Amino acid sequence: MAASSLASRAVASLSPSISTGASRDDAGSSSVVGFHKRSSAFTGRRVRISSGHGSSAAHGRRSCVVAATAAPVKESPPKIADALVTREEGLELYEDMILGRCFEDMCAQMYYRSKMFGFVHLYNGQEAVSTGFVKALKKDDYICSTYRDHVHALSKGVPARQVMSELFGKATGCCRGQGGSMHMFSKEHRLLGGFAFIGEGIPVATGAAFNTKYSREVLKDLSVDAVTLAFFGDGTCNNGQFFECLNMAALWKLPIVYVVENNLWAIGMDHFRATSVPEIWKKGEAFGMPGVHVDGMDVLKVREVAKEAIARARRGDGPTLVECETYRYRGHSLADPDELRKPEQKNKYAVRDPIAAFKKYLLENGLASEADLKAIEKKIDEIVEDAVEFADASPLPPRSQLLENVFADPRGFGIGPDGKYRCEDPAFTAGTAEV
Amino acid sequence: MAAAAMAQKVLVPCSSSSSCGKVQFSPSRVHTQAIAFGGELSQSSSRKNKSLALKAVAGETSAPVTAKSGHEILLFDALREGLEEEMARDPTVCVMGEDVGHYGGSYKVTKGLAEKFGDLRVLDTPICENSFTGMGIGAAMTGLRTVVEGMNMGFLLLAYNQISNNAGMLHYTSGGQFKIPVVIRGPGGVGKQLGAEHSQRLESYFQSVPGLQMVACSTPYNAKGLMKAAIRSDNPVILYEHVLLYNLKERIPDEEYVLCLEEAELVRPGKDITILTYSRMRHFVLQAAKTLVERGYDPEIIDIRSLKPFDLFTIGNSIKKTHKVLIVEECMRTGGIGASLRAAIVDNFWDFLDGRPECLSSQDVPTPYAATLEDATVVQPAQIIVKVEQMLQGLI
Repeated sequence: MAASSLASRAVASLSPSISTGASRDDAGSSSVVGFHKRSSAFTGRRVRISSGHGSSAAHGRRSCVVAATAAPVKESPPKIADALVTREEGLELYEDMILGRCFEDMCAQMYYRSKMFGFVHLYNGQEAVSTGFVKALKKDDYICSTYRDHVHALSKGVPARQVMSELFGKATGCCRGQGGSMHMFSKEHRLLGGFAFIGEGIPVATGAAFNTKYSREVLKDLSVDAVTLAFFGDGTCNNGQFFECLNMAALWKLPIVYVVENNLWAIGMDHFRATSVPEIWKKGEAFGMPGVHVDGMDVLKVREVAKEAIARARRGDGPTLVECETYRYRGHSLADPDELRKPEQKNKYAVRDPIAAFKKYLLENGLASEADLKAIEKKIDEIVEDAVEFADASPLPPRSQLLENVFADPRGFGIGPDGKYRCEDPAFTAGTAEV
Repeated sequence: MAAAAMAQKVLVPCSSSSSCGKVQFSPSRVHTQAIAFGGELSQSSSRKNKSLALKAVAGETSAPVTAKSGHEILLFDALREGLEEEMARDPTVCVMGEDVGHYGGSYKVTKGLAEKFGDLRVLDTPICENSFTGMGIGAAMTGLRTVVEGMNMGFLLLAYNQISNNAGMLHYTSGGQFKIPVVIRGPGGVGKQLGAEHSQRLESYFQSVPGLQMVACSTPYNAKGLMKAAIRSDNPVILYEHVLLYNLKERIPDEEYVLCLEEAELVRPGKDITILTYSRMRHFVLQAAKTLVERGYDPEIIDIRSLKPFDLFTIGNSIKKTHKVLIVEECMRTGGIGASLRAAIVDNFWDFLDGRPECLSSQDVPTPYAATLEDATVVQPAQIIVKVEQMLQGLI
């Protein structure tokens, strides 16, 4: 099958345990084509229990009594699980996903209580992608997102208080209340946005990656090795900026990973109705970069792919296109009645809830106890409650803030006879703070 | 800001790191008094010792006093000089665009720079304006100072998404966290039978975008100075060049100078009428002014240079003196720079006007290919003469 040969060629450099070349069948689960091992995070590996049958069979059955020739081997946790994640890492990943879920649920509540307004796009169901990728980054690395950016911001380290305040439109928000849900930015945490138009963040991310290359090759500063992640959806992959940036990134081997969060829907547009070749990972190959498909509901698989792709970028080997098969449990936004998606599809993905699956994994492999996880959930509950209280208590931006950040250099508004800032129309700036 | 005496000269440095010095007059607060000019004329540029040309002769207006100092240069080369100086001064300055590298730029503004600074600093991009403009913005957000060239300004229509949403808005929507020190430049305006799509005036399309500054150069002197100022500015600046002005020759100073982005240029002082113009129309106005001066009129000609924000201080001082204003522009009549400027003048200087502010603009027509039709779409010097005479004779 052409797909598999393409897949195996494309991922030659990637670890064979990554699921690639998967095509999405009607059942919604990825069937794995053309590679060696299945990532065993959730399925586990069968361990053979020796019962002595084999040896007696070889010699013919001499006795009708089955005698154990060795002590029964207890089924131990699969060895590969220990290689995938440690207890600390596991708890970190779990906490991050719970934070994302809990925060978004709180957003829904607050929206319906008229605390936040406008377009709010929630991330429920996709937590594994954000956690899996962003937690594999260093602090100096950049991420760039879309309007579905709350959880990316949280994963990257922007405090929940600042995100919630921003959503409430308060002056203490991460963007001083000027951005809103779709424009989360953080210079400290290297979050380059928050964009309302799909596709417009991809070139910005590509520019940040260009900066890394420039810093190393022109400014000769080899301490700069920041990798950039660009997150976007399936709908964006039909947009010109996507292809244009894949081309440039591959051409100049920019340290970037393009992460497609394919949740099958662009508002009400089914991915298969919009896209001539629905396998987005294949499009990487057209531009000379590896295209990888991964189960985006499985945080450990995502993390494995993420680490490989990020390491590849950091080495200077260039970009990777990663398609994460995922699903959003809520509508496109809080204003979306979500009538087009069939219950069968929703249920199919509901049972693959990344948080439930990872919880099960942690418990089954003895990496955490129920109490540990409950404690995390309680902690996150408190963080989110605190964020809401903080946002509620924060002040609204005063009118004097209106003109403050339009220009980095306020002389862009016009200069007075002393060469200093003044706005053209004095009436408009009545009460403006000194900038 | 008290000014007891009028016409008091004060040397005031711009309050920024761009170190442009200028000679200024402290403003009079008495509305009805005209501002008197002293022996040395006010000139909002860093040329402290020059005297202005009192004759309106096209091409000689901005030469420094001593004919042998400085060096003669063509406009495209002046832009290149400014760019090269800034790139040598600051290693984070880089250029990206189509054919800027090996080809040297389709109008030779980046000629030789790739050889000097390397292929990464003078980056030849594929043909994807929206994406490479966005890439320039992303690079600027994270610490570089990018100069994005549109091979023709019209091509930047493809980059409108990035210019409007990202260049203009990101500093604001990020709450001031990220600055976008990007310069977007390229040739625009009506050329010689280039056809409709290559003859656009993008300044009227971009002027509404909040967060952008726009400047237009018209002579080698201000081209170099504005290029340097734009690169040093932390704001996103669009620098409009004109496709027919690249071969304009002028003598410019040898020593380094940076002009002020927000200032207009007083080209010819006068007392009868204020003519506001920019880019190629400046030269048409000067050509018309030759005739007007011969006929005894005394027009004050201001090259507004800063298309956004308007230098209402310089413009206002002039209007307070002459009480009549004519705008001569290349934009279309509808929604052009002239339309905005008229509104600003009416709002701010209504009391000083003897009549309505007039505006000569291009026709609202896609620029035709045929020479006769093309000439009919843009303002010609003859029309300027007729209009000024009508205004000064009180006929309109």
